[in-house]
Amino acid sequence: MIGFEVETIIAILLGVARGATPLVFAAIGELITEKAGVLNLGVEGMMLVGAVGGFIAVVATGSPTVGFIAAMLAGALLSALFAVLVLFLHTNQVASGLALTIFGVGVSAFFGLKYIGTPIKGLQAIDIPGLSDIPIVGPLLFGHDIMVYAAFVLVAVTAWFLNKSRWGMILRAVGESHHAAHAIGYPVVLIRFCAILFGGAMCGLAGAYISLIYTPMWAENMTAGRGWIALALVVFATWKPGRALIGAYLFGGVTILQLNVQSLGLDVSGHLMNMLPYIATILVLVLISRDETKIRLNAPACLGKPFRADG
Amino acid sequence: MGKLKAVLAAATLALGATAAQAEQTKIGFVYVSPIGDAGYTYQHDLGRKAIEEEFGDKIKVSFVESVAEGPDSERVIMNYAKNGYDMVFATSFGYMNPTLKVAKKFPKVAFEHATGYKRAKNVNTYVARFYEGRYLAGLVAGKMTTSNVIGYVAAFPIPEVVRGINAFTRGIREVNKDAQVRVIWTNSWFDPGKEREAADTLIGQGADVLNMHADSPATIQAAADAGVYAIGYNSDLSKFGPKAQLTSTVTNWAPYYVKRVTEVLEGKWEGNQDTWDGLKEGMVEMAPFNDAVPQDVRDLVEKAKQDIIAGTLHPFAGPINDNEGKERVAAGTTMTDGDLLGFNWYVEGVVGKLPN
Amino acid sequence: MIRFEPRLAPSRVMVYGAPILAVCFTLVAGAMLFSALGYDPLNSLYLFFIQPISDSYGLTELFLKATPLTLCAVGLAVGFRGNVWNIGAEGQLTMGAIVSGAIAVTWYDSTSMFLLPIMIIAGVLGGMAWAAIPAFLKTRFHANEILTSLMLTYVATLFLGYLVNGPLRNPEGFNFPESRMFGDAALLPLLFDESRLHIGALITLFVVLLGWFIMSRTLIGFQVKVVGLTPLAANYAGFNPKKVIWMSLMLGGGLAGLAGMFEVAGPIGQLQPVISPGYGFTAIIVAFLGRLHPIGILLAGTLVALSYLGGETVQMELSLPLAVTGVFQGMLLFFLLACDVLINYRVVLGFKRKAA
Repeated sequence: MIGFEVETIIAILLGVARGATPLVFAAIGELITEKAGVLNLGVEGMMLVGAVGGFIAVVATGSPTVGFIAAMLAGALLSALFAVLVLFLHTNQVASGLALTIFGVGVSAFFGLKYIGTPIKGLQAIDIPGLSDIPIVGPLLFGHDIMVYAAFVLVAVTAWFLNKSRWGMILRAVGESHHAAHAIGYPVVLIRFCAILFGGAMCGLAGAYISLIYTPMWAENMTAGRGWIALALVVFATWKPGRALIGAYLFGGVTILQLNVQSLGLDVSGHLMNMLPYIATILVLVLISRDETKIRLNAPACLGKPFRADG
Repeated sequence: MGKLKAVLAAATLALGATAAQAEQTKIGFVYVSPIGDAGYTYQHDLGRKAIEEEFGDKIKVSFVESVAEGPDSERVIMNYAKNGYDMVFATSFGYMNPTLKVAKKFPKVAFEHATGYKRAKNVNTYVARFYEGRYLAGLVAGKMTTSNVIGYVAAFPIPEVVRGINAFTRGIREVNKDAQVRVIWTNSWFDPGKEREAADTLIGQGADVLNMHADSPATIQAAADAGVYAIGYNSDLSKFGPKAQLTSTVTNWAPYYVKRVTEVLEGKWEGNQDTWDGLKEGMVEMAPFNDAVPQDVRDLVEKAKQDIIAGTLHPFAGPINDNEGKERVAAGTTMTDGDLLGFNWYVEGVVGKLPN
Repeated sequence: MIRFEPRLAPSRVMVYGAPILAVCFTLVAGAMLFSALGYDPLNSLYLFFIQPISDSYGLTELFLKATPLTLCAVGLAVGFRGNVWNIGAEGQLTMGAIVSGAIAVTWYDSTSMFLLPIMIIAGVLGGMAWAAIPAFLKTRFHANEILTSLMLTYVATLFLGYLVNGPLRNPEGFNFPESRMFGDAALLPLLFDESRLHIGALITLFVVLLGWFIMSRTLIGFQVKVVGLTPLAANYAGFNPKKVIWMSLMLGGGLAGLAGMFEVAGPIGQLQPVISPGYGFTAIIVAFLGRLHPIGILLAGTLVALSYLGGETVQMELSLPLAVTGVFQGMLLFFLLACDVLINYRVVLGFKRKAA
């Protein structure tokens, strides 16, 4: 009987990081969008467009860097459509976001048609000779691909931006009370536009992580619902970047854990085991939500509400 | 622009064809997932393309992808029948009852339903003996493993998938009594991320050969990254892990589709037939071996393959014990296709218990 | 320079004119899309919008498809008006199907005329019970209902998978993951022979009218609207926001559960691993397209249902990939949403005057 040996545990933790990274990118992107007061439910669509955009770019150029940039552009481009609808045409944000997902699924499938079954070389972990050979700590700290680290950097920068920087405070002000922000003279619409584009770019990056690193290929709907999980994580995180990171790793962790338990051959239905990540997320949310005031402080007060400068 | 032209050409062709030939035999395909899933539906679509190539202008072929099992499928099948289609291929198990309902109303239309068990005067069923290929893959895996832990990423605990796991394990145990198979259920036919996680988990638990029954090549990629071996399914997935994929159990629906369409064209098609085709008929094939597979293993597999084709070897010939040590099939007897259809227990060598 | 200037009062003309304008825009944009891809634009649009409903069968199919969408959306709309974000209608629908289906399967040989009414009640209760969890967690622990209702959707789907693979599996079904077929007493009566449209469609129509009545003519409807618009004012007025949360979720869950019951006791006729191809999610769009108004939702539900039927037809007739249908559907939705701007704004050409 193979139990949980050190190698197994290291493998589990590496797997958790890979599973969590796309969720972190998408959740942070959505978090910034929501902090500016805009709810964009089109995460899944933007991820798919990013996945296919990045993939096509890598097939064309062979460069992962170009691929990630293309993915960000593709995601931002799709989100720009959403931005025009909700900011200038004052459409309902929930409905527009869902429509964006339908559109994104279609567009990505359309452009991906001739890339089905095309193999590309995935981006490998950056093995730093010496460092990643250190027992246990080596692979855990230095055995990841570059985007895993980038996700941590993104979370730190986002946290700093929101809490310490001037522009971060303006962004929060816009999400908190757009009328007040407008009265002070901040360009509410422009700031929201930028926040939406950033969200789109990050979702594109998340999609590209899946199509370029995690499972380097293109297939329709390959994000398989991860966009929705990312959306839920923003709520879970009570709009705090650090918590979004923890949430993504928690969700990834419980997923991998239940897979491990399954393969040990315990007499539990796979269906029931697969419920665990979702139930765990609910339970943890209930635990952190008990203190109502804390959440009220973090939730952007104007989330989802349309803004009319002259109305 | 090249793509645009191709689409344009195809469209004019289709329009021209409808106008020119009213006498064409019309054939419809119903797919459960997008063709772009690169797995199960993709293989069926290759079969569709094969009949287009074979019969050209004599037939008009159409398909609808991503048709949900349930009310939607009944409507799609119904519309084919109503619009004068002569033959409908329903390619997923969940289309069984809808197909039969429509077939009752359209006795002149020929229906072909994949992987089901209900037939009628104008409904045939067909299924590939994937398990023959799985058994051969098991021989390879049993020989190639050194850790004696072999992983299996599986979608849903349905009999077809269980049959594959069992055949694979029978093959492994034939050549390696110490190896065991660990199974992870993803509960999804297509979720590359989840399949990848499952594969990584199995590798983490010491598996050095992986097999899979799901629609994406993620398992092969996981094996390639970890430097272990894997066995493909549906099609030859070696391009996703040239060093990792030992071989692949490939399904080729083309010969069957060509045969049935020929029958319809010649007016010889008959219903109520149940087809189980395997290695012998070419519905199941093995992808070329990886260079890592030594000659003696290749010879062993080739011999087993010839024996299966000749009918002298059956992966489920007794004695067979289940994985709790109970004898399920006595020596001298062989499981019938009926037994195989509803497989719901693990053979010796598989770790775990099936949900019941 | 085109810009929008707010109207003093919402335009009465545009309340009805905007959707018509949106459909016109969609037709033009769709024609451009189809002809750019090399398809005859007029023929494509005809196949998309007219052909699917060109006969009585098509019409019944349209309403059959619109029924679950409308039912779920009417329930959700009440919550959305009260700022209760139940996005888990899909899970509540599944639970309604599970509970009513379990009854049908348990008493599969019953011929009692009470079976169907009991199943209807069970379906509603099942959906309500599933929605009660987010309601409880929200009112007791302040847990955000967006997350809890979404996560519970996954749990419900997996629970259904567990049941049809285990306790509710058809004992004569060769271990395939589906329940028995329901007995005749457990199936909803059909409205027309030779169609699949069942009495649930009439009940849905009744619910739409009832919903319209409640929202516009009763105190409850008024409370929901007030709480949604200004939570603070609602507090002063003595309305209980907790009550609104409970009521919104119970109504949304109950109607979604009813929709699930209609699906299994209507066109499906058994429990299978997937009951709904995303009706609960699509219903969210339908609710907003219908401007959260029951009558509007009925129209929006029918239009969205038509876009699915049309998507199938163009695939069948033109081999237009599903991907293009998705793009076209997205365009349709965008135009419908965008044109509503004209209700409160008018288009002005020229530059903005500097306001004094």
